[in-house]
Amino acid sequence: MSDPDGGRGVSDALHDPTTADSRGGQRYPGSDGARDLPLETYVLSVNGRDLPVDDAWVGENLLYVLRERLGQPGSKNACEQGECGSCSVLMDGAVVASCCVLAADAVGSAITTVEGLTGEGELSDVQRAFIDQGAVQCGFCIPGMIVALTDLLDRSPGASELEMREAISGNLCRCTGYGRIFAAFRQVQQERAHARA
Amino acid sequence: MSVIARPSTLQDAFDALDALPDAHLLAGGTDFMVEVNFGHRRPPAVVAIRRVPQLQGYEIRADEVDIGAAVTWTTIERELAGELPALAAAARTVGSPQMRNAATIGGNIATASPAGDGLPVLLAADATVVLASRQGERTVPFAGFVTGVKRTVLRPGEIITRVRVPRLTGPQEFLKVGTRNAMVISICCAALLVDRVGRTVRIGLGSVAPTPVRAPEAESYIGAEIDWDALFAPPEAVARFGELVRDAVRPITDHRGTAAYRSRAVQVIATRALERSLA
Repeated sequence: MSDPDGGRGVSDALHDPTTADSRGGQRYPGSDGARDLPLETYVLSVNGRDLPVDDAWVGENLLYVLRERLGQPGSKNACEQGECGSCSVLMDGAVVASCCVLAADAVGSAITTVEGLTGEGELSDVQRAFIDQGAVQCGFCIPGMIVALTDLLDRSPGASELEMREAISGNLCRCTGYGRIFAAFRQVQQERAHARA
Repeated sequence: MSVIARPSTLQDAFDALDALPDAHLLAGGTDFMVEVNFGHRRPPAVVAIRRVPQLQGYEIRADEVDIGAAVTWTTIERELAGELPALAAAARTVGSPQMRNAATIGGNIATASPAGDGLPVLLAADATVVLASRQGERTVPFAGFVTGVKRTVLRPGEIITRVRVPRLTGPQEFLKVGTRNAMVISICCAALLVDRVGRTVRIGLGSVAPTPVRAPEAESYIGAEIDWDALFAPPEAVARFGELVRDAVRPITDHRGTAAYRSRAVQVIATRALERSLA
C-alpha cells in the first residue's frame, strides 16, 4: 500500500491537475490557470490491491488515474470517447472503457487491468497465443484486445466466430491485424477445449 | 467538503443533491465522461447514483416490464429479448460491449440525445418513466418527457428511478442506419412495434427530429389497411406507410448525414421493418 505505483515515480506534475498535462490526454479545466478545483481522496481496488488516490480532480477518468497516478500504464489512451477500446479494463467482471468511467465513482469496484490478468512476469494463455500467432503489429490496441477476449473466453468458452467479432467490435486495430487476432482467439479456444477433454 | 457523493439509498441521494445543488447526476458515465474528457463540461460536483437499490434490477409483470434506471444495456440485450424484443435489439446497437456494460437505460433517457438508441422504442411502446424527488414520486409518459435536444421535463432534485415498458403481442423490429454495425451513432433509426391485440402498428423514429418522434398518420393509415387476422397488408399499402413516415420527420443536415438522406433512409427502414413484421 505504501508504494502504490510500484516505484515508477509518476511525476508530481502529473499529480497536480491544475498544471494541465499533455501526456495523459484528459484536458483538465485547470489548464486555464484556475486553481480552485476541489480535490478528492479515495481508494481504488486495482488488481486485488487497494491503492490510494490522493488529491485528484473529481472529473478524472479511470484511465488517467490508472496510468498517471497508480502506475498501471498497460491500458492505453487513444480516443478518450469510448470509441477505440484500447483502455478496456474489467470492472466488477464486466469489460468497460476506462476512459468513460469516472474514477471517483469506481470506489468499491474490483478493477482488473491487463497487468492484473496474470502474476508478475507471467503470460496468460491469451497473451501467449497472441505471440504465437504474430497477432501484435504496432501493439497499441493489444492490451484492450487481450482484456476483451479474455473476458469472452472466460464467459463463453465456446463462443462462435460472430460472438468473437462482436466482443471486439469496440476495439479498433489501426494496423488492421484482425485476422491474426482471430487466430489467437481460436488457438486459446482449442487449447482450453483440449485441456478440458 | 467532498464534491462527489456515492449514495447507497434514495434518501442519501436526495440529501446529497441538497448538499451539492450544482451536482451532475452520474449513472454509467458514457455520455458524461466524453464531455468531461474533452473539456466541454467541468462538473463542480457529482452525485453517482448507480448504487441506489431503487434503480436496480427489473421486474417482469403480466402487462409490462419495470426496469431500474441503472440497468445496463447489456442486461437488457441479454435478459429481456423475449419480453421486449425491440428494446433488446436497440440495446445491441448501443455503442460497443464496453459501452453497453456501463451505459444505462436511465442515462439514455436523461441525456435525451436525438440519437439515443433506446428512445424510439420507449416512445413507440408508450413507456412511462418514474421520477423520484424529496417531494415524492411522479410517473410521466415517455412521450413528452423529452422536450428538445438534450432537454427533458426532469426537475432539479429529481431522479429517474424506473422505466416501465408495456409488453405487446406481435412482431417488433429495430433498424438503425450508420456507417458500420457497431460503435456508431445513428444517422437514423426506427422501432416498429405491432400490437396484435390492440390492432395497432406503432413506429418510433430517432435522429430525424430534435426529439424522438412517432408518425401518427402512418400508424393509423397502416392500422386500417392490415388484415389483422392474417397480419397481411398489400405491398402498395406498405409502400405508402413508408412515404407517410418520411413525411412525418424533420431531419437536419449534420456531419453524420444530410436531411435528404435521412428522409430517404427513414422511409426505407420503416418500410423494411413493416415488411419484416407482416406475413
